[in-house]
Amino acid sequence: MDLKPTAEQQAFRDRLRTWLRQNLPREWTSRVVSGPDVPRSEAYLFLREWQRKLYEAGFLGLTWPKEYGGRGLTFMEELILHEEMALAKAPPILNLLGIGMAGPTIIAYGTEAQKKRYPSKILSCEEIWCQGYSEPNAGSDLASLQTRAVQDGDHFVVNGQKVWTSVAQAADWMMLLARTDPDAEKHKGITYFLLDMHSPGITVRPLRQITGDAEFNEVFFENVRVPAENILGGLNNGWQVGITTLMYERLALGFGLQVRLRIALDALVELAKRTKRNGGTATQDPIVRQKLAQLWIDTEVFKYTGARAVTKLLKGELPGPEASTGKIWWCETHQRLQDLAMEILGPYHQLVRGSDWAVEQGIWQHTFLRSRANSVEGGTTEIQRNIIGERVLGLPKG
Amino acid sequence: MDFGFSEEQEMLRATARKFLENECPSTFVRRMLDDPTGTTPELWQKLAEQGWLGLVYPEGYGGAGLGFVDLTVLMEEMGRVVLPGPYFSTVLLGGLVILEAGSEAQKKEWLPRISSGQARATLAWTEPNARWDAEGITVSGKPAPGGTVLSGTKLFVQDAHTADALVVAARTADGRRADDGVSLFLVPRTARGIEVKLLPTMDQTRKLCEVMLNEAVVGPEALVGEWDKGWSPLARVIDRATVALCAEMCGGAQKVLEMTTEYAKIRVAFGKPIGSYQGVKHKLADMLVDVENAKSITYYAAWAVDEGAAEAPLAVAMAKAYVSDAYRKVAAAGIQLHGGIGFTWEHDMHLYFKRAKGSEFTFGDATYHRERVAQLIQL
Repeated sequence: MDLKPTAEQQAFRDRLRTWLRQNLPREWTSRVVSGPDVPRSEAYLFLREWQRKLYEAGFLGLTWPKEYGGRGLTFMEELILHEEMALAKAPPILNLLGIGMAGPTIIAYGTEAQKKRYPSKILSCEEIWCQGYSEPNAGSDLASLQTRAVQDGDHFVVNGQKVWTSVAQAADWMMLLARTDPDAEKHKGITYFLLDMHSPGITVRPLRQITGDAEFNEVFFENVRVPAENILGGLNNGWQVGITTLMYERLALGFGLQVRLRIALDALVELAKRTKRNGGTATQDPIVRQKLAQLWIDTEVFKYTGARAVTKLLKGELPGPEASTGKIWWCETHQRLQDLAMEILGPYHQLVRGSDWAVEQGIWQHTFLRSRANSVEGGTTEIQRNIIGERVLGLPKG
Repeated sequence: MDFGFSEEQEMLRATARKFLENECPSTFVRRMLDDPTGTTPELWQKLAEQGWLGLVYPEGYGGAGLGFVDLTVLMEEMGRVVLPGPYFSTVLLGGLVILEAGSEAQKKEWLPRISSGQARATLAWTEPNARWDAEGITVSGKPAPGGTVLSGTKLFVQDAHTADALVVAARTADGRRADDGVSLFLVPRTARGIEVKLLPTMDQTRKLCEVMLNEAVVGPEALVGEWDKGWSPLARVIDRATVALCAEMCGGAQKVLEMTTEYAKIRVAFGKPIGSYQGVKHKLADMLVDVENAKSITYYAAWAVDEGAAEAPLAVAMAKAYVSDAYRKVAAAGIQLHGGIGFTWEHDMHLYFKRAKGSEFTFGDATYHRERVAQLIQL
């Protein structure tokens, strides 16, 4: 057991940190991260350019094979990347779904032609990806999806609707799950398609969220034609393709989340130190102290549970039970952090951007509202508990 | 980075599990509830033969020279079977203080005998004021002809009634700071002026005592470490013992999770195994989250203590805060999900629940340690 990095890993971290210091566009970073003031199209152009620079400097696709545009490194470098990006408060990766999901899935299941065609364009941000999984009646119960793809010669014709589709408005490609055999069992008649978002028959309609932003969309398909060669991993095999790589990817991302959680917590501690309460500061209030200390502990716990899971991956073992707990733990901790921020702000928590009295331009209100999605997106907390119960503890299905 | 156990450590785990399941089934634990010593000479000797009594002591003192990460493995296994007896008090309290602060003569006299099972020791630290900080130490140590006179009462002292030696923390000066003016004394339990009373407790697997020091006179050779400077080594020992306790608690919580999961698979209600109901499944999933997180923060604390890292006190405080809450919640859920049977004396669940509750408050509960965290991160 040793939590210290090796000399090579430390060298990678130092190189990355230096590069970030020299290349981070400070002014843009704060504007893009704090959101709504930046016109959407302008932000996308900026983020696209930022990702391309990261790629060209050799910091993306770290675990992907070299022959498909990657760097052939390990999860350790991947998590160092996420840590350093978060510590530097670097802008997020625009093509997150491409890098986190589409790329690894194509590398795992793709034909040689597909593996040559897509991954490097994902890394360089030439092609942005979105994820066409959820539907109005198939969110957590994904296998109930109804979007259909019917074969017509060497094409499939897609009809139906997706929803909660993040970045669809900017995406060039979609990971599409569609039903190709309506008579098969729920999980068995689904196929995974690589869908060109510029195809005729696709309509994208933005959905305004609780925060007032429109991050995600409804997507409608009307006789959209996909070439059969764009099937990934075989006809009617989409369920397996769609879920296999999720757990691995979540692990590496978890480290970034941990650091961003810690950054939010540091900011909250600063806020509490500045906030007057009952003649002292909020940090002198014993109950606030207890809550802040617990958040500190829970944030650290998240890091070390992740470290255990990554250790297993690095040793070539399958991740154990510790790998499945991260999602629940992260969103539970993050939501509690945001709740405490509102408590510390007291009546000021009502004031949002636009009020001269709003604390820190209303950024906490935005993140507070956004955090409510954490326990819904990427598999609800209830589904995560079912997964732990059934797949890790081996309990019978309901 | 490698945040896993080595092959040797996994072997230690396998050996320990087999040994403890054989030697310490719950029938044995139940027998020991009513046995005032909490162990048998035979088992104690076997623990010595396994090399476990001196596991973390240097080889020069009859130990195995292993570290706290190794010890973590062993403690988890002991927690799984709720091992009764004075292992903790002897090895991790009395013995560890001698190792940390004792003179060469004291180490040579006691550590080999502790390692071989011939002697037992404990630490008389806490008092009726139930505090865990230096200010809590009020038993007085006054210089007198021939040595020091110790007066006052120690409470919640583990296994004092069977210990050969007690290390007593006493106030020898009222310094400007509470941690300045504490001295440690190594006292034979049978010395004149010392009276030990076994206390009836909720968790009868861990025996607690009241120790009365009625003007007990100890000679100059009894001083452990420096006069007035005993708090600092004592605090280091308590931190280490706390990590070991956390590991023991993790093992117990893991075992409760396993027992409850197995029960949920076979117990049928309304025509289905109860584990298929989400109300039960989700509770078990939450137990697993707590158990895994408890292990992670405990392993980190063990590593930090082993490394002598500057962040070790923070790591220990975080671990004890987290694990105290986690084991209590997991053990309570274990009773709940077992239903009526979980509330009976016949079922083993109460052994774990009581151990969880006792351990929760030993060396400070979660609230105490969260405040420690708050101070260490400079809130």
